[in-house]
Amino acid sequence: MSADLTELYQQVILDHNKRPRNRGRLPTANRVAHGDNPTCGDQCSVYLRLENGKIADISFDGSGCAISQASSSLMTTQLKGKDAAEAASLYQQFHQIVTTGEAPEAISDLAAFAGVHTFPARIKCATLGWHAALNALKGDPIPATTESRLD
Amino acid sequence: MPSWNTVRDDFPALHQQVNGHPLVYLDNGATTQRPQVVIDAVSRFYAHDNANVHRGLHALSMRATAAYEGARARVARFINAAAPEEIIFTRGTTESLNLVAASWGSRLQPGDVILLTEMEHHSNLVPWQLVAARTGAKLRYVPVTGDEGKLDLSVLDQLLTPEVKVFAFTHISNTLGTINPVAELCARARQVGAISVVDAAQSVGHMPVDVRAIGCDFLAFSGHKMAAGTGIGALYGRRELLDAMPPWQGGGGMIAHVGFFESRWKPSPERFEAGTPNFGDAVGLAAACDYLDALGRAQLRRHDGELARLAYQKLSALPNIRLLGPAEEERGGLVSFALSDVHAHDVVTFADEDGIALRGGHHCNQPLMHKLGLTGTVRASFYLYNTAEEIDVLIASIRRIQKFFG
Repeated sequence: MSADLTELYQQVILDHNKRPRNRGRLPTANRVAHGDNPTCGDQCSVYLRLENGKIADISFDGSGCAISQASSSLMTTQLKGKDAAEAASLYQQFHQIVTTGEAPEAISDLAAFAGVHTFPARIKCATLGWHAALNALKGDPIPATTESRLD
Repeated sequence: MPSWNTVRDDFPALHQQVNGHPLVYLDNGATTQRPQVVIDAVSRFYAHDNANVHRGLHALSMRATAAYEGARARVARFINAAAPEEIIFTRGTTESLNLVAASWGSRLQPGDVILLTEMEHHSNLVPWQLVAARTGAKLRYVPVTGDEGKLDLSVLDQLLTPEVKVFAFTHISNTLGTINPVAELCARARQVGAISVVDAAQSVGHMPVDVRAIGCDFLAFSGHKMAAGTGIGALYGRRELLDAMPPWQGGGGMIAHVGFFESRWKPSPERFEAGTPNFGDAVGLAAACDYLDALGRAQLRRHDGELARLAYQKLSALPNIRLLGPAEEERGGLVSFALSDVHAHDVVTFADEDGIALRGGHHCNQPLMHKLGLTGTVRASFYLYNTAEEIDVLIASIRRIQKFFG
């Protein structure tokens, strides 16, 4: 296996793919958003319970490749307790990691996704859950298809 | 003359290393590679005969026109059309199907029904959704029988009622590999007075296709899935239908007379070819027809079918795998599968490391994927230059992937 591939499928990513954290619909959620990757058909829904402007609880579900599943899983562990501004700033750092491979210091497990930058086709897999989470925070209107899927 | 013993030598793109391994190109369902004779035919045209076609009175324009119209006649012969005028050059299957939907479909009315199948590529689905929205016609689907991937023809009588004006279906499913009984379907359409539209993107370069034996009204295909260039394809239509259809795009080349407020159209095929056509790639398409016919499409069908059978058999022996489409006879040259623990995109990324080109995802067949409870599959699709050894390389790679994620 090549170094690039080992770097892409790090142990942290494999672990989150196999045992996703915070997976499933959150019964107490008061925000939800859905992300689609039309290229591959991957889907991700993110559920939030916002309390006093902070993410009190978060979960995700959907289907996708190891990168998108692990990224969404890890994201939920990082976003709990954050407010919208903190979440946006964390996403900026994550985006930098997956597009340049350079991780700011003290960014914890998210640095595991540095290997994505050598596989440009997979960047969207890594950011799918994040887009859904940020949309949920903004309270963007939920597309009709999402609502029917949530029924 | 190409020979089956040396076909791999004819395709320059095959002879390269990818990620340190010899390229194993198994993404032919998306696009095939081109043989040197096709590349040469296109370059020779641009180097010697290039000028705009039609209406030109100078030497190069006359040569270009002869080459372009010669290509039309060659394509007509390739599918046994009655006349070159029954071949309209398009950008490919998608444009061909959009042409039928937009032009022939403009006569549809509320109450009319467009019958499709659940295994249609988005290109034979979305154009009909668009025309249904414009005309008030309704869509109806012939169901697919689950993973086995056949059309459920037991309900065809209930679906193919007199309200059906169009029955459009694929010859070979790009997702399942199923070869549909197109001649039978066309005959059934005729019985209720519906026109038949065949998507031959996956079949025309892989097996003998005879539009008069099939009995279809329209048949659409692409050059790039049969060893020719991108941006060239064709729509076959029966002459009497084409002549009764309105233009779908306006511009130069398609008019008999233009006034400030009204115009008159040329007959088919010019009526449907507004603007400067892709004559360079039409010449390449004719060269591809020559190449494939010299090898023999009946043999090509046997070759592809044998590889698909072998791949299906070897993949079936792997654990935690779900194979789609029919097992034996009715399968074209592709296999489509899902591993229970590994997503299709992860498979494709790993196989690429071994030099293998696969495709993973919904294959422009989202509604079918949804019905089967899948978000995507991995597809290995074969062509005349693929070998049994390459299937062994694929199987070994899949085993490694399963071990890694296991």
